[in-house]
Amino acid sequence: MSKGHAGTALYAALAEMGFFPVEELKTHYANGSRLSGHVSHHLPGVDFSTGALGHGISAAVGMAYAAKKDGKKFRAFAVLGDGECDEGSVWEAAMFANHFRLDNLVAIVDHNYMQSLDFCENTLELEDFASRWKAFGWNVEEVNGNDHAALKTAFGRIESYDNHKPSVIVADTVKGCGIRFMQNDILWHYRFPHDGWEYDCAVNELHKVKPDGVEDPYTPNGIPCPTLPAETDDIGNDHTYSYTWDTTYPEQMRRVTAGPGTSEKIKPVNHT
Amino acid sequence: MRDTFVKTLIELAKENRNIELVTGDLGFGVLKPYWESCPDQFTNAGIAEQNMTTVAAGMALEGKVVFTYSIGNFPTLRCLEQIRNDCAYHEANVKIVCVGGGFVYGSLGMSHQATEDLAIMRALPNVVVMAPGDLVEAEAATKAIAAYPGTCYLRLGRGGEKRIHDHLENFRIGKAIPVKGGERIAIFSTGAIFEEVESAYNILTEQGHHPAVYTFPTVKPIDADTIRHCAKEFNLIATCEEHNIVGGFGSAVAEVMAEMQSKRAFLLRIGMNDQYGTIVGNQKYLREQYGMSAEQIAEQIARKING
Repeated sequence: MSKGHAGTALYAALAEMGFFPVEELKTHYANGSRLSGHVSHHLPGVDFSTGALGHGISAAVGMAYAAKKDGKKFRAFAVLGDGECDEGSVWEAAMFANHFRLDNLVAIVDHNYMQSLDFCENTLELEDFASRWKAFGWNVEEVNGNDHAALKTAFGRIESYDNHKPSVIVADTVKGCGIRFMQNDILWHYRFPHDGWEYDCAVNELHKVKPDGVEDPYTPNGIPCPTLPAETDDIGNDHTYSYTWDTTYPEQMRRVTAGPGTSEKIKPVNHT
Repeated sequence: MRDTFVKTLIELAKENRNIELVTGDLGFGVLKPYWESCPDQFTNAGIAEQNMTTVAAGMALEGKVVFTYSIGNFPTLRCLEQIRNDCAYHEANVKIVCVGGGFVYGSLGMSHQATEDLAIMRALPNVVVMAPGDLVEAEAATKAIAAYPGTCYLRLGRGGEKRIHDHLENFRIGKAIPVKGGERIAIFSTGAIFEEVESAYNILTEQGHHPAVYTFPTVKPIDADTIRHCAKEFNLIATCEEHNIVGGFGSAVAEVMAEMQSKRAFLLRIGMNDQYGTIVGNQKYLREQYGMSAEQIAEQIARKING
């Protein structure tokens, strides 16, 4: 987990896999918890502590490289953020991995188009992200990262490569996918759903988009009689910042937008 | 404290159009007043601190006064060589600002706990190191480093710090600030742990001790005159920092005391005992876990002075 801030998702998966009791999830962010905001190797199931960006992929490269040297068959997987790819160290790792032909390494980039203040394209343009990886010599699979079946297919396709190159899955995602009031809203990079309408509505919205065959053992029927947001709640507002940044620099830095509270993909901003 | 910094920087930036703020993609909800006031003096360099720091050096060498901004260890340790070679060695007018010194982001985990930054930045020649203890010191330190021609490091808390000084006269880089007069014990504090020190002072006073209290908003250059004076005047000097005891503020005080030919005081360094923050939790909780709460500071000092 190179994007260490996604600990919450990893913790849920680890608990379900039995690394620690599901009940312990409730301690996340609490004093004395093992479930820190960013992942720590002190927790069973976490291979490597991260939290500073651009470290995890290098660690995965190191593990994959050691496996090659020792003739071991395991593979290393690293989940990165697209904003994380601002860090130069990511590309140092990418070069190393290709040079040493680490076909036992798979990077998955959560390409959700957002980083901590705004969309990536308004921060440091990623341009054609997949071709950037191709230029570094990697096998690239572009998929809808919010679609489990598509992800499984992509993982399967990686098996078929025999060119001894590392592979990356560029997982095209919507941040907060399926929860309308979270989608494409940078505010939810920071927030937890609090008890009340935020939690109730989040659970019920996820139930609506739940793929067939996925069960929710904790709230099997969603939340009956959910608390609903009030009109004054901060929903659908643009919390990105570059639109407020009215520089006289010749070129505008705000290049894209997408409706907060929608699942739409980024679209260019027309500066006239 | 970070809001005080931003407010002060806006004032300064409006007066001096050469002031620039460059963030490493952090400051959501914090920096907005700045970029709205001074959009042409603001840059988001993305999550790329190494590049940010040397870009800042380049801008500084062209006449800008550049503040780089991020949280925890990202503006310092992540780009240490860029600070050393490109900023400090060139005496570039770059001000490195860290929000979240110590345990401010304690619940996020070890990566976000800045507990060696003072030591590491202090080891670099040509770098002024400042850690203001309250909002008044934060404002004064921001103004002081903006006016200082060279590389500086400013370590801030986050929010909620108290205003402890009423006002400060003659604030200067490299000068400690006497807060309370006293006898036998002198407590030296740097950074946001000052609020615990203030409470520890009250506890000790209730116990019949009369400690003197000094804050050291500057860790480098350290105020050797004040240290020497206190080492002759008092029986015990206790240093407090939300930081590893190795190499930081306590070490800076120790270096001065160790070279004195004769002195009365012995030294107690209070801080993290050379370990990483493997425990997570909020700032108050972690201070307790690592022996830096007001009660624990008072207890350690009382035990030491009572022999």
